[in-house]
Amino acid sequence: MKFLLVEDNQDLANAILSRMEMAGHVIDHAENLEDASAFVETGQYDLILLDIMLPDGDGRTFLEQHRASNLNTPVIILTARSQVSDRIGSLDLGADDYVTKPFDHAELEARCRAVLRRKFGNAKTTIEVGGVVFDPVAGHLTVGGDAVMMRNRELRLLELFLNAPGQIFSKSKLADRLFSYDDDVSENAIEVYIGRLRKHLSASNVRITTLRGLGYRLDHDG
Amino acid sequence: MDNLAVSGSLRNRLVLTLIGGAAILALLLFFAVRNYAVQVAQQGQDNILAASATSMLDAATIRDGAVELDLPYSAFSMLSTAADDRVFYAVLQDGEFLSGYEELTFSESQPFQSDQMRGSGVRKISASRTLIGANRRTELQIVLAQTQDALSETLDRISRNAALLGIGFFALAVALSFWATSSTIGQLGKLTTSVTRRGPQDLSPFTKPVPREMVPLVSSLNSLMGRLDQSLSQSEDFIAEAAHRVRTPLATVRSYAEATLQRVEKEENREAMRSMVKAIDESSRAAGQLLDHAMITFRADHLERDEIELVDLVRDLIQRMTPIAEMKDLSISLLGDPCVPYLGDPVLIQNAVRNLIDNAMKYGPAESSIEITVSKNPGPRITICDHGPGFPTNEIETLTTRFQRGANAKDTIGSGLGLTIARDVAMAHGGGIDLENQPEGGACVTLSL
Repeated sequence: MKFLLVEDNQDLANAILSRMEMAGHVIDHAENLEDASAFVETGQYDLILLDIMLPDGDGRTFLEQHRASNLNTPVIILTARSQVSDRIGSLDLGADDYVTKPFDHAELEARCRAVLRRKFGNAKTTIEVGGVVFDPVAGHLTVGGDAVMMRNRELRLLELFLNAPGQIFSKSKLADRLFSYDDDVSENAIEVYIGRLRKHLSASNVRITTLRGLGYRLDHDG
Repeated sequence: MDNLAVSGSLRNRLVLTLIGGAAILALLLFFAVRNYAVQVAQQGQDNILAASATSMLDAATIRDGAVELDLPYSAFSMLSTAADDRVFYAVLQDGEFLSGYEELTFSESQPFQSDQMRGSGVRKISASRTLIGANRRTELQIVLAQTQDALSETLDRISRNAALLGIGFFALAVALSFWATSSTIGQLGKLTTSVTRRGPQDLSPFTKPVPREMVPLVSSLNSLMGRLDQSLSQSEDFIAEAAHRVRTPLATVRSYAEATLQRVEKEENREAMRSMVKAIDESSRAAGQLLDHAMITFRADHLERDEIELVDLVRDLIQRMTPIAEMKDLSISLLGDPCVPYLGDPVLIQNAVRNLIDNAMKYGPAESSIEITVSKNPGPRITICDHGPGFPTNEIETLTTRFQRGANAKDTIGSGLGLTIARDVAMAHGGGIDLENQPEGGACVTLSL
């Protein structure tokens, strides 16, 4: 998926960029509305993340112009303003969703996924590894041609592994990606999810290997 | 309006002044007409009396040195009236009573006098003539008096008519003064209506034309509203700006902490980073809820009721919260009546329900469900139930007070304002909030409106 981030705060932008790249997305960064317009004119984006207070104007003006020129790229607004008073204005102007700063990156990802799923349905991009076909946007998994029903946390765990086959993930890293910080979940819960994932993948050539004291790794034959 | 001191009424003051003026004018009119009529009538009687006296004196002659007076018939006939007024006369020669009614006397001050005689009012005239005989001159005086029955009948009639005229004038003036008053006060009423009809958020100036006398009032009202509008939007901008200033750096710190957490391997460092993220979440959430609470207090004071469909409102909220709920594999279901229309402030209700769903998502365990029921009986209400630990039973009464959190909420991020916000919103709409634990476990919050 190709995203455009419009955000003037360089530090925050860097954090979002690295997080999105980690999740397997291609993301361009515009620091102001002028750059953003240039990016939108030349590139094709699947999703725009738009800050509201920008050095050269209000992000909502950009959104309005964007919608007026019949571009229907989904937009998620990043706002630092009071949630209630902004909500109505932003959604009326054609934003698909919004997050309030400071936001949980997992929440931002979840919202991106929800918006993309609403806009594109399925089969936009799929990951294929060893007889496993995974559509992260729609959240579909097919193993050997059969659809598998999965819960959201299982899907996200699988996505982590599929985005970096061969990489070792420690339990606590997985927990931090999977659970939000206000959940008080023990790392043993990860074992439960790994167990479920293994069951879903049992009919494929893909398996999750336990590396004692290190964590887990996704391996596949062929 | 209720606690304003009232000093009289403009309407009463105007009506009373106008009616009082009309009453005085009507009385003046009555007396003027009556006086004039009295004068005219009196003058008529006086003229006849004078003519009659003159014709009597004309008939007097001196024969053989003695005064001879043969009262002519015409002198009396001209005095005859419709009311059979009585006529009295006295003839005096050189001041000596000669003939007629001796009690009829006349003092020489005026040509005509009004007096009482035999129980009725009379009008008297005195005329005299000097008769010159062969060897002497003698002074003959006639005093003539006539009762005034016919005259007073005429005067009564005229007075009646004058009174009718005065009353008619008065009635007309009263009607006119009511009309004039209500059309004048009506202008004030129109202004009042257009002020009252405005929504509490409408601070635009009045542009409708008003009478010249009301221009100063309306223009100071306009300038007051202009200043109010300005200060309101200034404080709104200030809140937005403050939120921006606080939240943007918090967002940066949080992002860094999260990114660092991905790289750091040592468990104690990871724990420190996690605590940092938790603390940031807690402070930003508290800041957000404080701002929300301030906004809610403001809006609740100026409650603006719009027609809203509670089911749609809740459905929108659920759609918005679903991505977050999915992260915990929570399912949110909407139950209850298919449509529950309500008159209320959508922003407030949205905020209250959002806080309650937030709570349910925080306390509900992963892979559980949250049930939201919107029902219209016995009154519009929204019930949100989770399958979490439920409320501590001994604290159920105090949980809705500001910054109060349950004893079992230690590990969950929250500011303790969520239930307060929900309660304040419900109370602003004339309802309340009920907390209870389900028998099979889990908390239920009912927001009744």
